[in-house]
Amino acid sequence: MAAAFIVVRKEDLEAQQNAESCQTLRCLTSELGCLTRSDGSVSFSQGDTTVLAVSYGPAEVRINQEQYDKATVEVVYKPKVGLPRPIDRKREAILKSTLEAAIVTSLHPRSSISIIIQETEDLGSNMACCINAACLALLDAAVHMAFMVAAVAVSVMEDGQIKLDPNKKEELEGRATLTFVFDSADLKVVSVVTSGTFSQEEYKKSIDLTRLAAERVFQFYRDSLSKKLMQSI
Amino acid sequence: MKVCVGQVTLPGDEFDMSPLESNKKIVVGPGLAEFEGMIKIIKPGILRYREPATYWIDSHQKRYVANKGDLVVGIVTQKVGDIFRVDIGSSEQASLSYLSFEGATKRNRPDVKIGDIVYANVLVANKDMEAELVCIDSDGHSNGLGVIRSGGFLFQSSLHLVRKLLNPNCVLQKTLGKTFEFETAIGMNGRIWVRAQSDIQTITMANAILASEHMNNVQIETMCKKLCKVASKMD
Repeated sequence: MAAAFIVVRKEDLEAQQNAESCQTLRCLTSELGCLTRSDGSVSFSQGDTTVLAVSYGPAEVRINQEQYDKATVEVVYKPKVGLPRPIDRKREAILKSTLEAAIVTSLHPRSSISIIIQETEDLGSNMACCINAACLALLDAAVHMAFMVAAVAVSVMEDGQIKLDPNKKEELEGRATLTFVFDSADLKVVSVVTSGTFSQEEYKKSIDLTRLAAERVFQFYRDSLSKKLMQSI
Repeated sequence: MKVCVGQVTLPGDEFDMSPLESNKKIVVGPGLAEFEGMIKIIKPGILRYREPATYWIDSHQKRYVANKGDLVVGIVTQKVGDIFRVDIGSSEQASLSYLSFEGATKRNRPDVKIGDIVYANVLVANKDMEAELVCIDSDGHSNGLGVIRSGGFLFQSSLHLVRKLLNPNCVLQKTLGKTFEFETAIGMNGRIWVRAQSDIQTITMANAILASEHMNNVQIETMCKKLCKVASKMD
């Protein structure tokens, strides 16, 4: 058995801890088209938070959900273990209204566009990860969209410090967690999901911070889609 | 972000109209739409251009949306009165009248059963209406369209692969044709039917077609050579 040791000097460790005040998004990775039978699929991760998103559409719609002037958007969220709880239903509703804004539903009346999200690992910023994964799955399926959406979360810590893209620990320790969704056309807010208490000042600061981070997410979309399209077209 | 021809486009990008003359009329195809006087991209893909002034987005997708004039491979799922319901892979089933077959009259009904594969032309395709298929051209001839009932193998691929196969520059079918005798029906809806002289050859063909998705012409020729060598030993 081989063992590896990393020797860290005390000064370096301290420097690393001091440098933490600089805000970073965790590493984004995606695998487009990871399932073969679906119209669009992606395995997306933000740091250690991972979800699998699948999209179908425009497909056949159940008669009671049919809308004569636009497509019906359905979102199903599958938790890692157990049955979906009310909190998952709430998440579905948020995802649905966010994605409905992005998809050009009027182009496919009497059809359904369904998105299924399977949580694989929730280690912070899960809502943001779900929205980003859903958007990538729709892009993989080449569904008509007016713009793309990107979500970024922040946590407001007890001391008022704002932490970008929090992990599970930071989310639990924080006083509030805010998730902002931006559109790609002019980086305007599409939806906001918040929990906990925060001041107006903190809210404004969070918007500015997440807007900058959202640009990085859009760049990531462009890079991963370019890679896929250059290979296949 | 503004995009030019040949670039990767994503929804929300803006079509760069600055190189165009202001009074020139342009034709926008799939993936482009007008929003508030601007042309925006609504599909991820690559922006393409053809003379004199046609622009469209070439994208990779698996779901078919019916288009007028497309040749599609469908599966008959139901008989309702005078029409057949045909699954063509789009959001709803298409209808096919029993009179739109070669030589069909009110008295002489065509022999179509549920589960049959039909190769048909899309006559009506509209987002607000059900798609309508026909198996004849305007002169009443079948021209290769109609029920396919002589064995073979039907499989599904991406719409982009179909467009690639039907491109006159694609060498796959010509190269395979040098060794195999085969029949194919390639539907714009991503369904491909093949039949060669033996089952082994049919499966070889199907695999060759699916494998060619990410290959260029040189790679396709090399692959076909290898496949033909192996397949000829198996017979």
